[in-house]
Amino acid sequence: MRRSAGAVVELGVPALLVVAAALLATVFSHSTQTYFINALVNVAIVVALYAFIGNSGVVSFGHISFVALGAWTAGVLSVPAAEKPAIMPNLAHGLRTTTVGNVPSLALAAAVGAAFALLVGLPLMRLSGLAAGIATFGVLEITHNILRYWEKIGPGLNTFSSVPETTGLTQAAACAVIAVVVAFVYQRSRYGRVLRATREDAAAARAVGVSMYMQRLIAFTLSGALAGFAGGVYVHLLPLNTEALYLDLTFITLAMLVIGGTTSLLGAVVGALAVSGVDSFLATAENGVSIAGWNVDLPAGTRVVVVGALMAIVLILRPLGLTGGREATLPRWARIGSAP
Amino acid sequence: MIAILNINWQTLADAVGLGSIYALMAVGIGLVFGVLRLVNFAYGQLIMAGAFALALASQWGWPLWAGVLLCFAVVVVLSALMEVIVFRPLRGHSPAVMLVATFAVAFLLESIALIWFGSLGKIAASLAYLQRPVTISGVDVRKIAIVATVVAVLCLVALVALLSRTSVGLQMRAAAIDFRTARLLGVRANRVIGAAVLISGVLAAAVSVLLTVQSPLVTPDFALRDTILVLAGVVLGGMYRLGSATLGGFVIGFASGLLGGALPTAQSQYLPSFLFAAVILVLLIRPQGLFTRSQQQAVERV
Repeated sequence: MRRSAGAVVELGVPALLVVAAALLATVFSHSTQTYFINALVNVAIVVALYAFIGNSGVVSFGHISFVALGAWTAGVLSVPAAEKPAIMPNLAHGLRTTTVGNVPSLALAAAVGAAFALLVGLPLMRLSGLAAGIATFGVLEITHNILRYWEKIGPGLNTFSSVPETTGLTQAAACAVIAVVVAFVYQRSRYGRVLRATREDAAAARAVGVSMYMQRLIAFTLSGALAGFAGGVYVHLLPLNTEALYLDLTFITLAMLVIGGTTSLLGAVVGALAVSGVDSFLATAENGVSIAGWNVDLPAGTRVVVVGALMAIVLILRPLGLTGGREATLPRWARIGSAP
Repeated sequence: MIAILNINWQTLADAVGLGSIYALMAVGIGLVFGVLRLVNFAYGQLIMAGAFALALASQWGWPLWAGVLLCFAVVVVLSALMEVIVFRPLRGHSPAVMLVATFAVAFLLESIALIWFGSLGKIAASLAYLQRPVTISGVDVRKIAIVATVVAVLCLVALVALLSRTSVGLQMRAAAIDFRTARLLGVRANRVIGAAVLISGVLAAAVSVLLTVQSPLVTPDFALRDTILVLAGVVLGGMYRLGSATLGGFVIGFASGLLGGALPTAQSQYLPSFLFAAVILVLLIRPQGLFTRSQQQAVERV
C-alpha cells in the first residue's frame, strides 16, 4: 500500500507539472502559447534523454540524431503529396507516393528512432566513459551530415515547410505525458532498476550476473524511440531544418537535464520546464517587452549567454541539479508508520 | 577509392600543415586532461577569442607584433580565468559533469562573441601574405603549411624539454600518472594545474595565430569544428598519454586535410561522415586508443 502511494507521487508530480504547464498556457494569448507548446516538446525530448543518460549514467551526445530522424520520418511522410516535389524534388519514389496522418506519423517516428538507436547501440554500448561520449558525438555528426546532403530521404538543406501543424497545446501536452509515463514505467521495471544498479556500482552489478551491455542497449533503444517520437511531435509544431536539430539543441536539452538533475524523472521535467521558461522569457525580452513599466530590450543572443551561465552556476553550486537528482516523495508526515 | 583521390605534393603539404596545427591543439587539450582528468570542450573558444584579438588588432592598424602579443595575452588570461572560476570548483567531480560544464562554458563564450562581434565576423588579415606559395623544386607549397609545421615542431620540442628537464615538468608528468600519490609526495596541486593550464593557453594562442592565416574570416564559431575533430583525434590516439594524444590529433588533421583536398566535391561533402565513421570504428576495436599498449585493468575498489 505504501509502496504504491510512493509510486503515485513519483509519477504524479512530474505528470501534474506537465498538465499544469498546459493549463497555465490556456490563460495566455495565442502567440504566448507557442512558448508553452515548445516547452512541452522540450519536456518530451529531455525525458527521452533521461531514459538513457539518467538511468545508465553514460552521457550521450547523440540523442538529437534520433530526434532528427524522427522529425525526418514524420515530416517526409506527412507533407501532402501535391507539395512534395516543391520542397523535396529528389525524394525517393516510395516516399514520394506515401502520405500518412498525424498519429501514424508519430508512431512511425518512434519506430524509426528505436530501430536506429538499436542499430547504433549494438556496437556502441560496449563503450563507456569518454569513448562513449565521443562515439555518440560521432553519430550526431554523421546523422547531421547525411540528412543535410542526402536529398533522397528528405529536404536536405531546405526547411520542412508545409508539414501539417497538428502539434497544438493538447497534442504537445499529451505527448509529453506519454513520454513521462513510458520513462516512469521503465524505471520502475526490473530492467530500469538493474540499469540503475550498474550506474551506481558497475562491478557489483556484474558480480551478481547483470549484463551491463544488454541493459544499456535496452535503455538506449527505448530512449531512441522516445526521442524519435519527440522529433515527430516537434516537426508537426514548426518547420525544422538540419541546423535546428544539431549542436544548439544538443546543448540546450543536455543543459535542461543537468540543471534539473540528471538522475531523476522529476529532474528532467523540472529542468525542461524551468530552462524553457527562462529561455522564452529572454526570447521575448530580446524583442523588447515592458514589465511593470520597465522597458526591457536585450541584445540578440542574451538568452544563450544566460542559459550557459545558469548551467555553469548550477553545476558548480549544485552538481546534482535543482532536484538533487531525487524523485518526488510524500512529505515526511504523510508516510504513516514508515521506518526512519 | 584510390582512383577518385588525386593527391599531389601541394595537398600533402597542406595536410601536414593542418595535422601540425591539430597536434598542437591535441597537446593543449591533453595537458589539461593529464592533470585534471577534464576534457576541455571550450578549448576552441579560447582559440576563437585569440583570433578575434588578432582581427581587432589588424582592424585598429596595430603592428603585427602588438597584435600577436594581444592575442597571447587575451588567451592566457581567459584560460586562467576559466581555471579559477569553473575548473577549480568542479575539481574531483565525475568526468561527465566536467565535460558538460565545459560544454556550457563553450556555448557561453561563443554567444558572448556573437553579441559582441555579430555573426558575420571580422577579418584578421595581417598575416595574409603567408597564404602565398613558394616553389620548392617545382612544387608550389603555401608558406603557412611550412610555418605551421615548423612552429608545431618547435613547440613540441620545447614542451618535451620542459616536461623532462624542469621540476615542474616532472611534477606534471607525475600528476598525470597518479594525482593522489603525487600530492602525497609533495606536489602542489594548484601549482601543477596552473602550469598546465598556462601552457595549454599559450599553445591555444599559437594555434589561433596559425588558424587565422588558414582562414582569415573569424566568426563566433571559429575553431569549433576543429575542436570537435581534435577531441575525436585525441580520444582516438589515446587520452591517457600525451604522446599518443598528440599523434591522434596529427592523424585526424592529416586525414581531414588529405581527404578534403583530394576528394571531389560530390564526395567531400560527406567528409565528416567518413571521418567520424572511422573514429567510431577505431574506438570499437581499440577503446583505449590507437597508439597505446593494450592492458586489461582490474577494477579498483578503494
